[in-house]
Amino acid sequence: MKIVVCIKQVPARDSQLRVASSGAWIQDADLSYEINEPDAYALEEGLQLKEKHGGEVVVLCAGPARAAQTIREALAKGADRAIHIEEENLGAFDALGAARLLAAALGSEKPDLVLTGLQSDDLGYGQTGVILAELLGLPHATIIMQVEKQDGAIRVKRELEDGWFQHVEMPLPALLTIQSGINKLRYATLMGIKKAKNKEIRNVTAAGLGASAAAPSIQMSRVYLPGRSKQTQLFDGPPKEAAAKLVEKLKFEARVI
Amino acid sequence: MSILVVMEQRAVQGPPAWSRMSWETLAAGQQLARELQQPVSAAVLGQGIEGLASELTEKKLDHVYAVEHDLLKDYTPDTYTAAVRQLVEKTRASIVIFPHTYQVRDFLPKLATARGRVAVSDVVAHRIEDGKLVLVRQLFQGKLNVDVRFNGDPPYFASLQAGAYRADRIEPGTAALEKFAPQLTHSRIQPLELFREAQRAVDLTAAEIIVSVGRGIKEADNIPIVQKLADALGAELAASRPICDSGWLPMERQVGSSGQTVAPKMYLAVGISGAIQHLVGMKGSKTIVAINKDANAPIFEVADYGIVGDLFQVVPALVEEIQKAKQ
Repeated sequence: MKIVVCIKQVPARDSQLRVASSGAWIQDADLSYEINEPDAYALEEGLQLKEKHGGEVVVLCAGPARAAQTIREALAKGADRAIHIEEENLGAFDALGAARLLAAALGSEKPDLVLTGLQSDDLGYGQTGVILAELLGLPHATIIMQVEKQDGAIRVKRELEDGWFQHVEMPLPALLTIQSGINKLRYATLMGIKKAKNKEIRNVTAAGLGASAAAPSIQMSRVYLPGRSKQTQLFDGPPKEAAAKLVEKLKFEARVI
Repeated sequence: MSILVVMEQRAVQGPPAWSRMSWETLAAGQQLARELQQPVSAAVLGQGIEGLASELTEKKLDHVYAVEHDLLKDYTPDTYTAAVRQLVEKTRASIVIFPHTYQVRDFLPKLATARGRVAVSDVVAHRIEDGKLVLVRQLFQGKLNVDVRFNGDPPYFASLQAGAYRADRIEPGTAALEKFAPQLTHSRIQPLELFREAQRAVDLTAAEIIVSVGRGIKEADNIPIVQKLADALGAELAASRPICDSGWLPMERQVGSSGQTVAPKMYLAVGISGAIQHLVGMKGSKTIVAINKDANAPIFEVADYGIVGDLFQVVPALVEEIQKAKQ
């Protein structure tokens, strides 16, 4: 089974984010970056399916030069090769534009299964996977918690609201968006890191794929800190002092203790 | 120019029933109609939905579209996309809004792509500027907001986050009922049964006080630190999704969109940043307390009381103070 896993590099989870002076995006110069968490689960699922059924795992990533680091980490975990769509200004593309890049880069790859995380931790549109499925003409299912390969088909477990699930079956090739927690993530081994150095990363560019960011159908105009919906009483000072003040409020104001 | 609200129903056990979020979307549709001075209509898709459609005719709407077909009985992205696409073409709606449910997340991007558009997903608010619609949504798991505008020609598609609009603002009235039979073919996707995992042993919704723990706890071995806090308060212990994903606490203790929705007298969030998927499950709590090392964590946006600090120092101090206060 040939499996393509789409991954994205995003600011590390505990980054202190500041809005850039232009107001159009964040100050991203001195941030550290990591793989988008749901994509890490998608990669792990791809690796496990390959181990069970044989085949190949190809990592597909659109992002600036720095994304090469995240791609190497995916190769170190066991992906066989990678395609890097090197694009410094990915922010100029809307979700459809970005998915078109991915679709174009797949070219003649003809995967049996395409996996993505269910959403990105930065933009969080949660759409790229489904858009890519539509562009590739593939059946899809989203927010997947289990994948079972059958003869020429797959049976998957979709997560729904309030603890409900649904099994869904579809023929291959297909696209799935993977939910965090579907599996246990592995760490790269020393051997894996060593091997990754010799694995192929094919570099392509948006221009080389004949794509441009012209005329996006939606546009982000201003990024800002959200307002508070409540007036929060914050207690500071040494932990013991802050705890004492909080308990007093909970006892005499909120009356919950 | 008109607005179309696509309502959601699901037949889980028994006949089709509304997804409650749909009413919030309907209220938003009516509000947009007033602000943009455009008519608003609503649609419901499925099979055996006459009752639901007639319920909609008692709201202040232009039209109610009952989109009925045997192949819409069980949801698939292929059939729902085709049906809504045909309805949008027929009604020539310029703004089409949906509740941001798991089902909508599954087919709306496909629908928008089929029309060469991008949907604005997970909208939390809007405003009108120079007669143009500006949508507000969240970035970075709620740490930042962003204004988004549509470019080019309609139709414009958007999905609205749970709790962003108030269902109790719906205006009653009358609406004309119109049946619409879309042309559908069988989906490539075969939907099977809906099910829940083993019966929940823990009913968090019955708890008066909940102590909930998130990623800030760092490792499984640290869980007893918050368990002690829960014990001191006589509270149930709950968690955000990553904690349950990691197996540090059982899934049945998960609060959030995929877990339980709770509204206790007090909800104490420890080391939880407050991603929207968590907030929708607890923001109805009467008193919300947050302990987090990041002063900009979105959890503080809904908290009544908070301590910005290291939970490993704050929580033991809190346990001590609570025990004193209870003596």
